[in-house]
Amino acid sequence: MGLEEKLPSGFLLSTVEQAAGWVRKSSVFPATFGLACCAIEMMTTGAGRYDLARFGMEVFRGSPRQADLMIVAGRVSQKMAPVLRQVYDQMPNPKWVISMGVCASSGGMFNNYAVVQGVDHVVPVDIYLPGCPPRPEMLMDAILKLHHKIQTSKLGVDAREAAREAEEAALKALPTIEMKGLLR
Amino acid sequence: MSGEEPPGGTNGTNGNGNGANGNGANGNGANGHNGNGHNGVPAARGAASDVIGVRRGMFGANNGGDTSGYGGLVRTVALPGPASRPYGGPRTGPGTEGVFDEIADELEGALEEQDLLPENAIEKTVVDRGELTFHIAREHLPRVARTLRDDPALRFELCTGVSGVHYPEDKGRELHAVYHLRSITHGRLLRLEVSAPDADPHVPSLVDVYPTNDWHERETYDFFGLIFDGHPALTRIMMPDDWQGFPQRKDYPLGGIAVEYKGAQIPAPDQRRSYT
Amino acid sequence: MSTSQAHATASARETTEGTVYTVTGGDWDEVVESAARADDERIVVNMGPQHPSTHGVLRLILEIDGETVTEARCGIGYLHTGIEKNLEYRTWTQGTTFVTRMDYLTSFFNETAYCLGVEKLLGITDDIPERATVMRVLLMELNRLSSHLVALATGGMELGATTIMIYGFRDRELILDAYELITGLRMNHAFIRPGGLAQDLPPGAVDHLRELVGKLRKNLPEYDKLATGNPIFKARMRDVGYLDLTGCMALGATGPILRSTGLPHDLRKSDPYCGYETYDFTVPTTESCDAYGRFLIRLEEMRQSLGIVEQCLDRLAPGPVMVADKKIAWPAQLALGPDGLGNSLDHIKKIMGTSMEALIHHFKLVTEGFRVPPGQAYAAVESPKGELGAHVVSDGGTRPFRVHFRDPSFTNLQAMAAMCEGGQVADVIVAVASIDPVMGGVDR
Repeated sequence: MGLEEKLPSGFLLSTVEQAAGWVRKSSVFPATFGLACCAIEMMTTGAGRYDLARFGMEVFRGSPRQADLMIVAGRVSQKMAPVLRQVYDQMPNPKWVISMGVCASSGGMFNNYAVVQGVDHVVPVDIYLPGCPPRPEMLMDAILKLHHKIQTSKLGVDAREAAREAEEAALKALPTIEMKGLLR
Repeated sequence: MSGEEPPGGTNGTNGNGNGANGNGANGNGANGHNGNGHNGVPAARGAASDVIGVRRGMFGANNGGDTSGYGGLVRTVALPGPASRPYGGPRTGPGTEGVFDEIADELEGALEEQDLLPENAIEKTVVDRGELTFHIAREHLPRVARTLRDDPALRFELCTGVSGVHYPEDKGRELHAVYHLRSITHGRLLRLEVSAPDADPHVPSLVDVYPTNDWHERETYDFFGLIFDGHPALTRIMMPDDWQGFPQRKDYPLGGIAVEYKGAQIPAPDQRRSYT
Repeated sequence: MSTSQAHATASARETTEGTVYTVTGGDWDEVVESAARADDERIVVNMGPQHPSTHGVLRLILEIDGETVTEARCGIGYLHTGIEKNLEYRTWTQGTTFVTRMDYLTSFFNETAYCLGVEKLLGITDDIPERATVMRVLLMELNRLSSHLVALATGGMELGATTIMIYGFRDRELILDAYELITGLRMNHAFIRPGGLAQDLPPGAVDHLRELVGKLRKNLPEYDKLATGNPIFKARMRDVGYLDLTGCMALGATGPILRSTGLPHDLRKSDPYCGYETYDFTVPTTESCDAYGRFLIRLEEMRQSLGIVEQCLDRLAPGPVMVADKKIAWPAQLALGPDGLGNSLDHIKKIMGTSMEALIHHFKLVTEGFRVPPGQAYAAVESPKGELGAHVVSDGGTRPFRVHFRDPSFTNLQAMAAMCEGGQVADVIVAVASIDPVMGGVDR
């Protein structure tokens, strides 16, 4: 985005990465992107008992321009998909996506004409969260995992290197369809 | 055990008034009750009119691979047939006729007052599982609905919307629109059913009579392609505006995708072999 | 002024009242642009489908003149899930798993409406065990409480009152704990099945529920104290979202909207199901026809529901929770395993080791399901939002031929235009919140 992307690899960059990661993970602003059942659990997570305020995330931003995390909470219909993409595009970088619930992650039980079979057809997803709907504890677990991901994310040359390594690893990995054995 | 059994023996409770009738899965014979076919539309129904399909085999194996012995099984699918008087229904007091007869009498009387022969408007009357259904000739639907709403003895003020049903094997009457009317004044429930052939999917709109049907008719149009003539703005409501086809018709596939996982591929729900 | 930019998607024509735009899909920017080129003060505002104050993915298209809404229209379908079509590819019992996700705040009502419809088709309405019916009523009334609590909570939040939202979700959590104890799930239970219930109450549930009723009795007056007399709350809600009896009947509005006009129409009284005629409760009404009246009705209905829950707890007598007919009763004699999931090990040992017939029966029932005689049935229940009807059609097969839900949210949402036009923009939020539409139910 800015100057930090141009730093040379080494001690300086890794220090900046740590600082930036800490700052970013400590003030994640989720966009209100409630779609279906999961949205109710998302609201519950923000409310009293589960209290997302403990992680500095209780303020759900109404405007995507003020948000950096989109929690896609619920089934995404074919009619909603373009809207979803537009909301995602309106969010400023850096931004993250949690695909909350099995419908958003893979279409789930709604394997039919109306539902997009996984929101990753539309936007890149950082965390897939199973469950129908996931409990608030599961959402918090996903958020903490995302925090860890944000904390350890790379910048500049390191980011490019990390992306290249991830791609190589993905190319080498055995496709799911060729895997054998127990379903786990 | 069939539709010919006079359902007057209903016991006056709500719920399943005539359970025996409900279990009669076989078709009823000729009844001559509805020799309609006037105006040519909808297509006249024959004697065994309520058969809507024939099922063969048991396990959905159509390519000859069925060695279960059920391959030769043939079952006809028949909906409950027309009822004859008395229709029965819950009784309001001792010695009175059932509510269904009251409704039918009032409706027929009110239609006659408007110089509309009830036999022309009401194709058939079905009493099944404690529910009264009037099958209405589609061109008379608005008149019948208005009568049902306005006649003081009927007063079906509340329409709970349209439900489309697609019977692809019910030739000439493929598309059905089912309306449930509720009378808050009298505490009654009534079903109207109209049908239209696939080739001419037009039904008059009831928005003039029941404005609540606005969205319901749009929904039924969206899912079944039934065109409600006279609707103020018949557009798609659920699907995107540029969607092709009418997704809840029987000839529209479910549209699921096969799921692959670890060497296994599970076909979409509508592609799987299943019981028929 | 607007004859030149007619294009494929938004055409304009002149009438005596000015330029009328016909919007049929297409590019929203172009529509707004052509409306903007007309040199009057009117603005068309597209609110949603992603907006914090629209109760889910509801799209409101408002034509506003200054602060006044001159025309209001809804765009829905953004959560259309194809549930009704999906049902046609699953067995009758599996259907509950789908219908419970329609209006996800009133799961038990969806399940009950569907199951009553299927039972009517099967002709077993009178064979449902007493305990199952009482438990259905119990769960439905708890569900009414939790649904109304969400209505108050989100309605308050949309007014900007975050406190009431925190309170509403606090009490809803208490009810969800009870659900979790009984069904194992917080939402989307699929617990009510054709023929009865999936399983009986777990040990300790009655005590837990009595404790819950006590807690809620203590907590419910807090909403009164917090909101009922609150001058800001009253100023925002009074005379807003006005819809009188004539409008309600014409638009088919039921539930709290209809009862806020003074008509005590409640299917639990007028067309009783599940033995509601034997319970002692009243149907609250107000004469105000506005959002405030609906709020008061919801509060009072919660108190009445608590009373019904108590009556249910008193009535719970030991007995089966599934019909005796083994050809229908699902799951075939299964008990819950020690892990809370799956099957009882004893039962598996029996059917795998000693009884081939039981194994076959189990296999057939689970994979094939039961057949339902051809015909159609309509079963309606009074959901927290109004009349929830299930039109169930069978062709004699093991799967539904067609299931249509008449969802009260869908019908009531039509009243939005009548409630909002002529009011202020801020009042649109209040009016929509007082309808309490749940988009999962609207779009299905």
